[in-house]
Amino acid sequence: MQNRIAQGIRGLAVAGTMAFALTAPSIAAAQAEQFIPLLVYRTGSFAPLGIPWANGKLDYLKMVNERDGGVNGVKLSYEECETAYNTDRGVECYERLKAKNGGGSLFDTQSTGITYAVMDKAPLDKVPVMTMGYGRSDSADGSVFPWSFPMLGTYWTASDIIVQDIAKKMGGADKLKGKKLALVYHDSPYGKEPIPALQALAQKYGFELMALPVVAPGVEQKATWLQIRKERPEYVILWAAGIMTPTAIREAQATGFPRDKMYGIWWAGSESDVKDIGAAAKGYNAIAIQGSADRGKAHDDILKHVYDKDQGSANSRDEVGTVAHTRGMMIQMLTVEAIRTAQEKYGKGKPVTPEQVRWGLENLDITQARLDELGFGNLMRPVKTSCADHMGSSWARIITWNGQKYETTSDWYEADMSVVNPLVKAGAEKYAKEKGLTPRDCSKE
Amino acid sequence: MGFFLETFLGGLMTGLLYALIGLGFVLIFKASGVFNFAQGAMVLVAALAMARFSGWATEALGSMVLGNVLAFLMSVAFMIAVAIVIERLVLRHLVNQELTTLLMATLGITYVLDGLGQMVFGSSVYTIDVGMPKEPLFLFEGVFEGGMLINPDDLIAAGVAATLVATLALLFQYTKVGRALRAVADDHQAAQSVGIPLGRIWVVVWAVAGIVALVAGIVWGSKLGVQFSLSTVALRALPVVILGGLTSVPGAIIGGLIIGVGEKVSEVYLGPFVGGGIEVWFAYVLALVFLLFRPEGLFGEKHIDRV
Repeated sequence: MQNRIAQGIRGLAVAGTMAFALTAPSIAAAQAEQFIPLLVYRTGSFAPLGIPWANGKLDYLKMVNERDGGVNGVKLSYEECETAYNTDRGVECYERLKAKNGGGSLFDTQSTGITYAVMDKAPLDKVPVMTMGYGRSDSADGSVFPWSFPMLGTYWTASDIIVQDIAKKMGGADKLKGKKLALVYHDSPYGKEPIPALQALAQKYGFELMALPVVAPGVEQKATWLQIRKERPEYVILWAAGIMTPTAIREAQATGFPRDKMYGIWWAGSESDVKDIGAAAKGYNAIAIQGSADRGKAHDDILKHVYDKDQGSANSRDEVGTVAHTRGMMIQMLTVEAIRTAQEKYGKGKPVTPEQVRWGLENLDITQARLDELGFGNLMRPVKTSCADHMGSSWARIITWNGQKYETTSDWYEADMSVVNPLVKAGAEKYAKEKGLTPRDCSKE
Repeated sequence: MGFFLETFLGGLMTGLLYALIGLGFVLIFKASGVFNFAQGAMVLVAALAMARFSGWATEALGSMVLGNVLAFLMSVAFMIAVAIVIERLVLRHLVNQELTTLLMATLGITYVLDGLGQMVFGSSVYTIDVGMPKEPLFLFEGVFEGGMLINPDDLIAAGVAATLVATLALLFQYTKVGRALRAVADDHQAAQSVGIPLGRIWVVVWAVAGIVALVAGIVWGSKLGVQFSLSTVALRALPVVILGGLTSVPGAIIGGLIIGVGEKVSEVYLGPFVGGGIEVWFAYVLALVFLLFRPEGLFGEKHIDRV
């Protein structure tokens, strides 16, 4: 009996050693890589926007691995999880990937709904959430939202910049007084997000804001556009996504509203929104996140290191350089630079934890020289984050559809923070009070 | 007054577009007593097929007209094939089962069609260009300031809807197939016992519903572009068939007109007082109010139980 037990123990020991020997390399391999979870929506109502966006993110990671061998020798590994833009599926993806392969470096949820659902979990899981150009606008205040990073602009900065461009076209901000601007918005938290900023701007410049909700997904807008025809606003600001955007442009055509008097938010400013409408959408404007409609060396690098080697994520290399694809590249560039920044503090050449990536995101300093080096020199302006400022930059440009492609038609605009900051402060204070949070003292960090 | 007329007319036109989709619901219900949840998915799949076939055929033939005709024929064949597959794989096995089971099966068909449609034809936005005029017309400019707005594509869609209704009404009332369809809807077993081939009838009705979905898909697709959200248009047609009666083809049209006008007038004149965005739920409220007085809908068959 004792022999049998001894034999059993020996057997278990051998099996254990073999199992360790077999799994050790894979653990080592996993540890040598930096894992980046990718929440995407390649199906569902918003797929036409989600596909090039997801491809841009994927292509940039592939390019960094091919061109640079990863970040200081640490290869980037990644896994896509399909959300179909549904919040429940997004939360499931987050839960599944947050601890995988040493921990998901950061989550770019690609959805305001999913962001709201995970932003209370992220501090507990110690995982940063980056929401470039979407999500909760007041989360730019890092003292209250240490784990949230609405990089490069929020819906409030976008509202201000759109109004700045309208004012410029009208001959100055004073010309806005007494005029009427309409906001046609997706009747959801996403669509309602710009309203406080536009109301503040209406008060500042003396224009009247006419807010018209459109029931999701926005396939029927006749009543909305008949009201626009009746009220005759000077300009229409379109806070749309998915099918709501082309439907709005078609309804504008059907009711005779000039397309060059329309401004879309960046999620309503991709090629997929207008290319099928073609010439009828000519003159339609949209705000671009930074200079995402332009072309830079980063695009050439992706074509050379990824597409020339048949590793491209898109079906056609023509997708590289489109607005949505470029946005995906920008997001991943910020991710990679946050990892690089974290490595500089916590040790070069080894993977960093999500908590360390958070530090990297909060201490980003991407100068113009660095942007030039990365191939984003003419696509972006410098980004510098801090404990108090999780947005890093609010620069943007206006793009216009010329019937065949988007052209950048404005110079660079920076949001007027005298309008935006009080809203951010008030929103963050309210959130802190509701959640019983004590804001960090950024002057001490 | 001019603006009210414009809103009213816009509502009528939109209502006719809803009716096009509502017809599909009515057809399946008349023939099987089942509410077909998959109608929206059928509109999506049919529109996707038309858009993709039209792209390929126009490129191959070098003519938009020929390309569209060929694509339409190919799409009709495709929807008939879909009907055959649905009958073989789903309906055939559910003969004489509870109607609730059939209802749940149509829910399953919805998910399969949504998923397969996107997998086979892609998830991007596709165009159906059948040459519908898009620029608006302004009538009575001397009478009303700015004139009265009319969209010619809506007028064409209204003509298409009216033609379809007339054809389907004739099919149901005056043909052998129509009578067989009604017999099947009344009682599966009784219909089989008098020699009506249930399987074939179901294929016919699902194929006709597929063709109606194709027409609706072409009209809506040329207005909106073809992508996944097209399947949600069916939700806008639900109050139409509730109000018009699930068993009445003309009811779908009348229901469509009432809902269309109700939606637009409520959104424009009541919406501003309650923050807007009321047209979707207002349509359901309107349908429910009608149900209080006519539970079978405006033109639905009265259900009488003998005790």
